[in-house]
Amino acid sequence: MEAQILEALGIDYIDESEVLTPADEENHIDKHQFKVPFVCGCRDLGEALRRIAEGAAMIRTKGEAGTGNVVEAVRHMRAVNSGIRKLSGMNHAELVHEAKNLGAPVDLLADCQQVGRLPVVNFAAGGIATPADAALLMQLGVDGVFVGSGIFKSGDPLKRAKAIVAATTYFDRPDILAEVSEDLGEPMVGIEIPTLPKEELLAQRGW
Amino acid sequence: MRAFEAAGARTRLVRLKEDLEDLEGLVIPGGESTTMTMLMERMGLYDAVADALHSGLPALGTCAGMILLAERVSDGIDGQQGLGVLDIAVRRNAYGRQLESFEAELELNGDGASFPGVFIRAPIVEDVGSTEVIARHDGRPVGVRKGRTMALAFHPELSGDLRLHREFLRLVRS
Repeated sequence: MEAQILEALGIDYIDESEVLTPADEENHIDKHQFKVPFVCGCRDLGEALRRIAEGAAMIRTKGEAGTGNVVEAVRHMRAVNSGIRKLSGMNHAELVHEAKNLGAPVDLLADCQQVGRLPVVNFAAGGIATPADAALLMQLGVDGVFVGSGIFKSGDPLKRAKAIVAATTYFDRPDILAEVSEDLGEPMVGIEIPTLPKEELLAQRGW
Repeated sequence: MRAFEAAGARTRLVRLKEDLEDLEGLVIPGGESTTMTMLMERMGLYDAVADALHSGLPALGTCAGMILLAERVSDGIDGQQGLGVLDIAVRRNAYGRQLESFEAELELNGDGASFPGVFIRAPIVEDVGSTEVIARHDGRPVGVRKGRTMALAFHPELSGDLRLHREFLRLVRS
């Protein structure tokens, strides 16, 4: 319902986010009914392809939002990458079997196999707090990063935002990364994921 | 880059001014014109690109790239100016928001040939100045050329049709 209201407001795109308390704990939105593009979270290839099948136009790996700890974002992106690598060399029968294992549509798996990546734009999110975090995810092959609290809970949000933007562009240039990382003020204090109660982890919302 | 490689060119990403050395042509792609301008200024690339283009380096600008090549920009951030390579006036996001993005058949070169145009929050050309119009949508100019510089309001790389990329390569070699 909120998505319909946002579309009526002329919003540019909608994040079907696990960070917001879901009104329906079982079903995701049928995104084919909308003209506005959706971005959805995933922890692995199967989850990404289920969302794309529902109509997601973009994917972001979930990470663990609000922690300032990038380890989950890295885990999820690596899971997507290894899921795609596993497809290379599979024949159609093997793809069908893999589709069953992943709970994902065969035709989307075939698309991934053909292009060697997700068939849509793939962002990383959840825990990115430094220019190095952003560059690390870019080196893992994401198309861009989403950063929220990593910027807004830091000591100098404007400076940090600019540094993370530069790090996303110059992700393969450690010399430039070192330069933009200088004098950024206090970072957001990272939270160790194992200290969070399991039932409070946001990434486990959705399937 | 994939479109140009498919059209037979060798490509290189330009992110620093050193990357401009020995280029035969520069493509300024779509994106977001104010962000692109700020990033270019920050890394000293803006002045280097301006110098290269004003010294005659052939250029193709698409969508936000068209805005960067323009002389006058409306609905930009305060003080936003283009590189002024083409004496055109453009208006940012003139078709509206993401929901108003669209695909439409374009008329090329006034000779009746059509081209699949993909418009994503595209600019409009309000004044074509001394440029030649090479593409129109509903009679409105959406592609212009002057000398060896082309600017398109749409995204030819998303259409799978390489004619305009080949045309730019022809201009570069001419």
